[in-house]
Amino acid sequence: MAKLTTFSIGGVHPDDSKIARDCAIEVLPLPPTVYVSMAQHLGAPAKPVVAVGDTVKVGTVLAEPGGFISAFVHSPVSGTVKSIGPRKDIAGNPVTHIEIAVEGDEWEESINRSDKLDTEIPEDTAAILDRIRACGVVGLGGATFPTHVKLNPAGGATAECLIINGAECEPYLTSDYRIMLERSKEIVVGVAIMKKVLGDPRTVIGIEENKPEAITAMDAAVYDLGYHGIEVLPLKKKYPQGGEKQLIDAVMHRQVGSGALPISVGAVVQNVATALAVYEAVQKNKPLISNTLTITGDCLPEEKQHNYLFRIGMPLSFIAEYAGGVPAEAAKLISGGPMMGKAIANLDAATVKGSSSILYLSEAATKRGKESYCIRCGRCADACPMGLEPFLLRRLYKAGDLEGLEKEAAQDCIECGCCLYSCPANIPLLDQIRMAKGQVMGVIRARAAAAKAAAEAAKEQAK
Amino acid sequence: MDKHLVSPNPHIHSAVSTASLMRDVIIALVPAIVVSVLFYGWAELLVLAVSAVSCVLIEWAIAKFLFKDMNLFCPSAATVTGLLLAMNLPVTTPWWIVLIGALFAIGVVKMSFGGIGQNVFNPAIAARVFLLVSFPQQMTNWAAPAGFISSVDAFSGATLLGQVHALGALQADKLVSLQTLFYNIGGSAGEISALALLVGWVYLLVRRVIKPWITLSIFATVALVALVFHLVDPSMYTGPLFNLLSGGLILGACFMATDYVTSPMSDWGGVIYGVGIGFLAMMIRYFGSYPEGVSFAILLMNMTVPLLNRWFHGKKYGRA
Repeated sequence: MAKLTTFSIGGVHPDDSKIARDCAIEVLPLPPTVYVSMAQHLGAPAKPVVAVGDTVKVGTVLAEPGGFISAFVHSPVSGTVKSIGPRKDIAGNPVTHIEIAVEGDEWEESINRSDKLDTEIPEDTAAILDRIRACGVVGLGGATFPTHVKLNPAGGATAECLIINGAECEPYLTSDYRIMLERSKEIVVGVAIMKKVLGDPRTVIGIEENKPEAITAMDAAVYDLGYHGIEVLPLKKKYPQGGEKQLIDAVMHRQVGSGALPISVGAVVQNVATALAVYEAVQKNKPLISNTLTITGDCLPEEKQHNYLFRIGMPLSFIAEYAGGVPAEAAKLISGGPMMGKAIANLDAATVKGSSSILYLSEAATKRGKESYCIRCGRCADACPMGLEPFLLRRLYKAGDLEGLEKEAAQDCIECGCCLYSCPANIPLLDQIRMAKGQVMGVIRARAAAAKAAAEAAKEQAK
Repeated sequence: MDKHLVSPNPHIHSAVSTASLMRDVIIALVPAIVVSVLFYGWAELLVLAVSAVSCVLIEWAIAKFLFKDMNLFCPSAATVTGLLLAMNLPVTTPWWIVLIGALFAIGVVKMSFGGIGQNVFNPAIAARVFLLVSFPQQMTNWAAPAGFISSVDAFSGATLLGQVHALGALQADKLVSLQTLFYNIGGSAGEISALALLVGWVYLLVRRVIKPWITLSIFATVALVALVFHLVDPSMYTGPLFNLLSGGLILGACFMATDYVTSPMSDWGGVIYGVGIGFLAMMIRYFGSYPEGVSFAILLMNMTVPLLNRWFHGKKYGRA
């Protein structure tokens, strides 16, 4: 077998712990009430267009984009709008939510609810983009960036390669794996739609080698559908393979410059779950109101692990209760993977479009060891997939050297956690580098704003 | 909910810790230690034990009573220092000289710079050099006692490198044979078996405790410098094989130059560091007043590490 490709700098090899891999996707029942967040995508929060007392169906528009980078939000259930106001998200921060009391399960007539595979892709790419936007599709790989924006590169840039992210490099998570097995053809049609919108570039579906069944299933789907120019590429298992910049490096052997967008090297990256959402939006006119999440963890018995199709707005606590409750041994609850997920401070928080898991980790699995002194082993620098030197960034941060931090590229940190994961002295490298990155980004933004103001002033004077 | 942890990512941690890394280094030293005890007997074991135990106790005492910070006490790291120091000493070293060496290594070279991770010089090597200049007679008494293996052909009393001045380069070169790779009597514990040291080094590579670049660049530089000089005048200068297999070169290149704290962070920095050690070691061997130069070479290059760390960095993603 040929040597598998992967990204060229750094990376770590945590145990993949895909315990829930054989759990077929189950549909969750509806809760009595859902809470739909207005800030479940990257960019400006959506603006509610319904009022308290309105009755809504599944797929009714609840909110419209609050800016260029923003997205529509649709009702995931049918019922009555009970309230619109702040509610705590998983971190405990207040965010505007629309509370809907669930009554029945009535869908908007415009949505095609049949399971029949629809391979007829519309001709008009502008209409496709419109449909993706109108259905509130956002990137489901983690960043929840509005998909229509990404599929419509600014300034007439052309995509040379569409990369579909099926790496699922985070340990424990299996939702992408399950949809690649169970809904491979729909995903491939979704991929073909995006390929068409982007002007038919080379298209690569990257999947890590630890998921051979998914590689086979996706390969078979591409073959059965008779698509040309869509390639399934097995990748060597290494975290963070699914990082956008790392995946571009692995597939195209190109690196995105600091602060630049993937399109600057001709790449557009979309997740497999996003491809499925695009399929449902374009072919079935179904807005993004559901997604798949994994209930898993090292302290959860195997028979209690699940992959669920959930409606957006379901409280996490409802899903946890339905799955048998929070295990007593759980020391930490995480939404997302163990490397980049967020600790759940509020289990009553509602699921959002990008929810991918409820992960229960035992104290033994998650507790950080006692911090000791740096022994300059360099493991953090070897692990960093951006080629940064975390030990150095930490020292510069502690010295308050913003200039040095910018020179050493603290702003390039992708917060993947590899440095802290690999530090034998348990030094909170990422915690400190995240702060440093924030400070450097502030300086860079202030400088850009000042430069813009100066340019405008000069233009004024020229008049 | 208040009973659950809330903290930023990552939420899992690799099993590698400072203690586990140091444990691996100790395991890697075991083959060489076994060979040395087999050849030199209980006396060698005593040197090793006195050195290791006193290093640990001294570090403990300084961390507890002077720094009042037990985070500075890392018994496995102190043990590594102790073992390496012992392996650099003649088996005949009196126990009180070993103790002074341990005190200097831990007390002066390591702890007075701030303890673990802060020292500029490799503690074991600095202590060896300190003892060498302080107790030149005891530190060059290579008379080897009988060990558990008696079939040793005897030219005991002088090390291979020591023979160069006595016999001349041509004769000294002839002392190196295939047997030298397996064992070579005369010298400190760390000079007996090249093979046992290399087995330990490979173990460290396999366990990913260290990377090979520093060691390989030292070997390559020593071989190249020796080859050039040897070709120019074989009667004056010993050849590559002799220089690779004699003295403390393998111990130094595999276990001392690769010390995390006192070696450069980047791969390229490590290569330059290794070239420097190899070159300086050969210059001292050929032209210096001491027969062995590896220790001095490593100490000299230790001083360049901050500069190498400033000059050499790994390649950053998306940047030239």
